[in-house]
Amino acid sequence: MTTLTETEPEAAPVRKTAPGARRLDLRRVRWWRGGVLGLLALYFVVPLAACFWFTVYDSRTHQFSLSPYGQIFGAQGFTTSVWFTVKVALLTIVIEYLLLIPAMIAVQLWLPRLRPVLESLAMVPLVLSPVALVVGVNTVLGWGTNQDPGTPLFQLSVDLRDPNTPWILPIVYVLIAMPFAYRSLDASMRTVDLRTLVEASRGLGASWPLTVWRAVLPNLRTGLLSGAILTLALVFGEYTISSILQFQPFSVWIVEDSQGAQSGQLAPAVSLLSLLLSWAVLFLVSFLGGRRAVVGTDRSSA
Amino acid sequence: MARSGKKLGAWGAVLPLLGYCAVALGLPVWALIWEGIQAPDANGVNHFTFSNFTTSWHGVYLTGMLSSLRLSLLTAVISAVVGLVAAYAIAQSRGRLLKQAVLTASGVLANFGGIPLAFCFVATIGTGGVFLSWLNDAWPSFQLGTFDGLVVVYPYFLVPLMVLTTLPALDGLRRQWREAATNLGGSAWQYWRYVGGPLLLPAALGGFVLCFGASFAAYATARALSSGTVPLVTTQIASVLSGNVLATETNLGMALALNTIIVCGLMMAVYLPLRKRSAKWLES
Repeated sequence: MTTLTETEPEAAPVRKTAPGARRLDLRRVRWWRGGVLGLLALYFVVPLAACFWFTVYDSRTHQFSLSPYGQIFGAQGFTTSVWFTVKVALLTIVIEYLLLIPAMIAVQLWLPRLRPVLESLAMVPLVLSPVALVVGVNTVLGWGTNQDPGTPLFQLSVDLRDPNTPWILPIVYVLIAMPFAYRSLDASMRTVDLRTLVEASRGLGASWPLTVWRAVLPNLRTGLLSGAILTLALVFGEYTISSILQFQPFSVWIVEDSQGAQSGQLAPAVSLLSLLLSWAVLFLVSFLGGRRAVVGTDRSSA
Repeated sequence: MARSGKKLGAWGAVLPLLGYCAVALGLPVWALIWEGIQAPDANGVNHFTFSNFTTSWHGVYLTGMLSSLRLSLLTAVISAVVGLVAAYAIAQSRGRLLKQAVLTASGVLANFGGIPLAFCFVATIGTGGVFLSWLNDAWPSFQLGTFDGLVVVYPYFLVPLMVLTTLPALDGLRRQWREAATNLGGSAWQYWRYVGGPLLLPAALGGFVLCFGASFAAYATARALSSGTVPLVTTQIASVLSGNVLATETNLGMALALNTIIVCGLMMAVYLPLRKRSAKWLES
């Protein structure tokens, strides 16, 4: 009802003939929206705040201290597990983009009929239970290790589970992270005119790799960055798969540390910090890089 | 000639992705089927049988499946309704800052789960939590490690998922459509009944299906909060397989895992046709 006045500021003077009713209406709408968002914010912020309270307040001595946050970097096993997780996350991101970027460009330019296939493929991992997936993966690896030692299959499944660089984790994570990476890339691809970009670059004599590297990717950097950060956040939080496959990345280390009961406040502090950090980075990236994206959506709706 | 070469090149760019998914998804699923239909006899020799599946649909496992389905249905309904209203409120607001903040927060929170999430809720309404006494005034029987507790916690990652999936569709609703309806004398109810609703319905239902699937698939959160006291398919799979007592149990775990994949397949079968319909209007 109020959209007319809201969308067109120029129309405001005309409305001044009957300001009372209009303004009342507006206020009602704003109040409704504020109420909904406020309640939701409460639901989402209160647990985080309570968690923060728990990490800084010692109920036995009734003292506040930020020391858990100071202890994080010195904690036993912290650097090992973080380094392990970062390595896995980087491998995941690289494999993910090597697979997704060429496929998505090709579908956008020449194979639009395949778009639904790609979209549904990117949805499957959201409903696929990680437990079921990892049980299957474990079985497949078990088949390999049941072979005679020395055969290529045996060697392959041993290499995949190598404790230093466990290739099996990035391989599975690429699947799990696909919905988020696909969505970010797709969103930023919609805001650039890929065809014109590619035709201009090719017309000026650039080779295909050069076109992708110098013309396409810089225009997708927002999507690339946010996809990468979402993947990073996912890998840092993923527990089911790595614990069942018996690796010890960051998420598993947090749990075992908290069960050690030596520093019960440390683990929540670490997880809280990693959550806020990944959100802050993601927000900054999308905010600083998203200007063009917003112009794009405005144009389409005008 | 050049055209067919281009097509070939395009397929060459897509095939690695399709092949990767076929291997990385297909092999584990095949392994589940293959091991699920076998069971060792008294001599420890495997033979084919459906006994694992019969067991997996009876007794405690049936209870687990039903309670998983009930939990997913309940939390998906709550999260879909709340998420849709939230996404609408956000789509209506014009501040870019708010929209970006909510979108990025949704991306992060949809992945937030397991132990860290459990920490947050234990600190809030767990035993000795800051707000437990308040909540117990209103809801005396409430305990975090029960079915009810999971219903309270799950929307924490499902609502963001719903917002992520429906916000693009809500953004695609053009203001002009609303104005056109108003100019033609339509009421707000008529707009939602004949224009907005039908356009949004596929996206909203799709989001609901995704919430259902994500809720059904969740494992780490449930385990961390209830430590197995609430019977759920996913926790049962893990406990059957980590119990490593009998070889038959392993095959039973495979059958249970396969059951969840069947449920997931049914979800996708509902979701995909819906998605096709919603894309048509909102992308033009």
